[in-house]
Amino acid sequence: MSGDNRNENTGKNKGLHYEEPLLWEYAQGGESGVDWPELQGLKVRTGVPEREDIGLPQLSEPEVLRHYVRMSTWNYSIDHGFFPLGSCTMKHNPRLNEKTARFPGFAYVHPLQPESSVQGALEVMYELQSWLGELTGLPGVCLTPSAGAHGELAGMMTIRRAHECRGQVEKRRVILTPDSSHGTNPATAVMCGFEVRSIPTKDTGRLTVEAFKDALYKTDPQGADIAGMMVTNPNTCGLFEREINEIAALLHDAGGYFYCDGANFNALVGKVRPADFGVDVMHVNLHKTFSTPHGGGGPGSGPICCTEELTQYMPVPVTVKDGDKYRLETMEDRPDTLGALKAFTGQFGIFVRTLTYMKSMGADGLKQVAEDAVLNANYLLSQLGEDYHVPFEGPCMHECLLTDKAQKEFDVTTLDIAKTLIERGYHPMTVYFPLVLHGTMLIEPTETESTSELDAFIATMKDIAVQARGADGHDILHAMPHSSPRRRLDEVKAARKPVLKYIEK
Amino acid sequence: MRYLPQTADARQKMLDVIGVKTIDELFCDIPKGAFIDGMADLPAHKGEIEVEREMAAMAGKNMDASSVPFFLGGGVYNHHIPASVDYIIQRSEFLTAYTPYQPEIAQGTLQAIFEYQTYIARLTGQDVANASLYDGSTACAEAALMAMRITKRKKVAIGSALNPEYRKVLETYLHNLDDREIMEGEPDNETACLIVQSPDFFGNIHKYDKYRKLCDEAGALLIVVITEVVSLGLLPVPAMADIVCGDGQSISVPMSFGGPHLGFFACKEKYIRQMPGRLCGMTEDADGRRGFVLTLSTREQHIRRDKATSNICTNQGLCALSFAAHMSLLGETGFKTLARLNHEAACKLADSLEKVKGVRVVNEAFFNEFVVELPDGTDASIVLEDLVTCGIIGGLALDEGRLLVTATELTTDNDIKIFAETLAEVLK
Amino acid sequence: MAEFKYTKDHECIYVEGDVAFVGISKHAQEALGDLVYLELPEIGKSVDAGSEIAVIESVKTAAEIYSPVNGEVVEVNEALVEDFELVSEPVNEKGWIVKVKVADTSALDALMNEAAYAEYLKEVD
Repeated sequence: MSGDNRNENTGKNKGLHYEEPLLWEYAQGGESGVDWPELQGLKVRTGVPEREDIGLPQLSEPEVLRHYVRMSTWNYSIDHGFFPLGSCTMKHNPRLNEKTARFPGFAYVHPLQPESSVQGALEVMYELQSWLGELTGLPGVCLTPSAGAHGELAGMMTIRRAHECRGQVEKRRVILTPDSSHGTNPATAVMCGFEVRSIPTKDTGRLTVEAFKDALYKTDPQGADIAGMMVTNPNTCGLFEREINEIAALLHDAGGYFYCDGANFNALVGKVRPADFGVDVMHVNLHKTFSTPHGGGGPGSGPICCTEELTQYMPVPVTVKDGDKYRLETMEDRPDTLGALKAFTGQFGIFVRTLTYMKSMGADGLKQVAEDAVLNANYLLSQLGEDYHVPFEGPCMHECLLTDKAQKEFDVTTLDIAKTLIERGYHPMTVYFPLVLHGTMLIEPTETESTSELDAFIATMKDIAVQARGADGHDILHAMPHSSPRRRLDEVKAARKPVLKYIEK
Repeated sequence: MRYLPQTADARQKMLDVIGVKTIDELFCDIPKGAFIDGMADLPAHKGEIEVEREMAAMAGKNMDASSVPFFLGGGVYNHHIPASVDYIIQRSEFLTAYTPYQPEIAQGTLQAIFEYQTYIARLTGQDVANASLYDGSTACAEAALMAMRITKRKKVAIGSALNPEYRKVLETYLHNLDDREIMEGEPDNETACLIVQSPDFFGNIHKYDKYRKLCDEAGALLIVVITEVVSLGLLPVPAMADIVCGDGQSISVPMSFGGPHLGFFACKEKYIRQMPGRLCGMTEDADGRRGFVLTLSTREQHIRRDKATSNICTNQGLCALSFAAHMSLLGETGFKTLARLNHEAACKLADSLEKVKGVRVVNEAFFNEFVVELPDGTDASIVLEDLVTCGIIGGLALDEGRLLVTATELTTDNDIKIFAETLAEVLK
Repeated sequence: MAEFKYTKDHECIYVEGDVAFVGISKHAQEALGDLVYLELPEIGKSVDAGSEIAVIESVKTAAEIYSPVNGEVVEVNEALVEDFELVSEPVNEKGWIVKVKVADTSALDALMNEAAYAEYLKEVD
């Protein structure tokens, strides 16, 4: 059935570019897209009145398919092309992972089934724990956190629990974190009841022992009020923290724990073990380093890995192996655990995808991942420095940082550059993050791009720099993009009078 | 290796361009002691055939709901997923997109989220819904935190049997904030919120008006938790709640041994600034065409940092998309019929189990799950193990010889017959 | 011509008797961009110098407005919530956000005048 809005759209479709109404704008009251067996008319035994009208649109299956397929064509994805979104690790998502996650023996298994009936699922979790423990050098692994930020919460609560079990939680209130950290870091520390102390890094893009000491001893000469630090390494400027060993040693001497935000683990996987530069606990984003799809914003998965010492405090459940049987250890088995952070066992479907990827890549392949990711980023850095300001000395790790300083004099900003990339068929890099400098552009190519793909991107970036310098550069770039499904959107309008659901006219 | 496009030759050329001799020169900032010598414990790379075989072997060791009579629920439910839903979410454009930070090239995801938010708002009778949270348990904990922010109070009351998995998560979240407290029963003037799950963990259905009154008297918020979202097609709408949250797994998301599932979260408009999670809003583009963006992001961690309403970042985007796709296939009549089919299956299950010698159905009213009492002195978990041996997943063991059993639209008359007969055998 | 004072957090203050009109400086307006939300305090709230009295938000950022002095909130500018553009009006006219009754007016002497603030902006940029 054609709806009102469909008529409004008449003439707006061009070639393969379609407009598509909201589901509620279709003519209502037609067939359902699902055929159910006949109801038997049994007496209702709920003891309450039946639900009244909900207001759900009614469409047939072909209408639903077209609705979503047309909408899908408005999205950019990693399968479209280069996706250099810094800190997000948009690498190729292998479809074998999708296939295995859909095996009925994984997809249709309930988390509360008797353990004897889910030995294969527990084996997946046990094996994944072993891989992560080996790759990070941190033997305690808890898979339950649902995403990076949830892993941070798990890690910080682990640290809090360790201090609590030693009667130090009242005393140790401060978490140190560099000003370049992900916003989730301070947000997480506060959720755990800590106070956040920021360490300035804007001069060199790195932590220095000197700045660290200032923060560490600011309110106590021994740092006895420090609970720990949250550091991303490589950091959000794409640089490895050179002085990390010394910093970690000072922190440990003061009785604090080192939480590593593992968002950038792709630079190190299979090559460097975070335990060996002093990390006590870290999360790993399976949806970044281990190739599971981002799905337009999740689901992700953020297991944590920690030292032997902290293992007793981390969340439950944890899979263990007794002889040839697998089982879950819960609060009853682990009296010092901080508790559960999520119902059931975690994002199991993501574990299956991750393990599939790990087995595909192997230890040798994962090491090559880190090397190619770093190689690709340095290749970009070496080619883009002429046209764009490079704030910190290289080499970089798996991502490189630029700013719009050189474009400022033409009144062209990072936002304009990003929107021009959209016009040229690219997803932009991460913009205006990290916050330590003005107009930052964080570019992460990942290892799944070829040299020719990188060369094409470099040529485009250079071309944009030329365009920015040229006549009317500001006006031209400021109007970008033109050819995308939508042009720049009015975010002020959206925020001033929020419309967050469909309302009938 | 099949996922890596670079060749040895290309790598060398790139190193030359960069101006270094070896790849390790690019890793020069890393302390020497941190490099791995080799990981003897981990295997080398493998092809698709081998990997698929290894994974299939592990999958084959599980007893899955598609192949046996299945009566387990308790927060995760075995429902039918239309074939089109999985097709839609496997479209590259949805599956391999990022969070829609660049709205010009993410309108597909954004419009789908907007539609999802509309579905959740309508199902729950609330004004606004967010773009999803991790799962029902974390949504419930976030709701309690939000109520504490709004009321500036520190106690959380639980009014009806809350799923124990949710309860554990709530305790963990609250424990890590200083002097927060969980209490049972009625709220008082220090209580931030009253949490009511309906149907509750034991399948009992609660009327909301009495809880609303208690909350109004105490100045507390009413949080309604829904673990079985299909129930909203038959039971009254929790419109009088301040926050409705729970898990949407029942619509479109496979059980998948506990995740990923779909935390949903809806509330009254006046609390919108205190809401956790992402929100998608309607606006216009530079040419005046309707479009969608993530909005009110100043509540969020990447801007507010230590003052954010929550630390949540990645959520369950693809599960929200599949939820919306499944709901759009169902429509008003399909969704309500689905709810009735669940209820009818549960009624038939109750009637059959009631006839098993020594078994009694405890609930007077229920939606699609209820508690049965087994004969005195029976250990419910041993009964379940015996049922597994007979190829049946029989429900969830509770204390005192009770079982929580569930039926859905996938439960056949024959499944119920086999279950009742086998249970009678096992109990002998 | 009205005389304005400034804080290091870019509040702009106008004093009339023992009442301080608190708004934000031109510099802060430019840095924030279009405003989308304003959270005002309750009238009668007692505030300390440096404590948060309002939150102002644009699309990309949120900024706290701090009280420059000890005192009590005596009035809030509800008109701003309807029309955010008003914030660019002079603080002594329609551009104020909160009016604070000042407990000790000598505390105002510590604030920067127009010239000192202009110097300060050069320093921090």
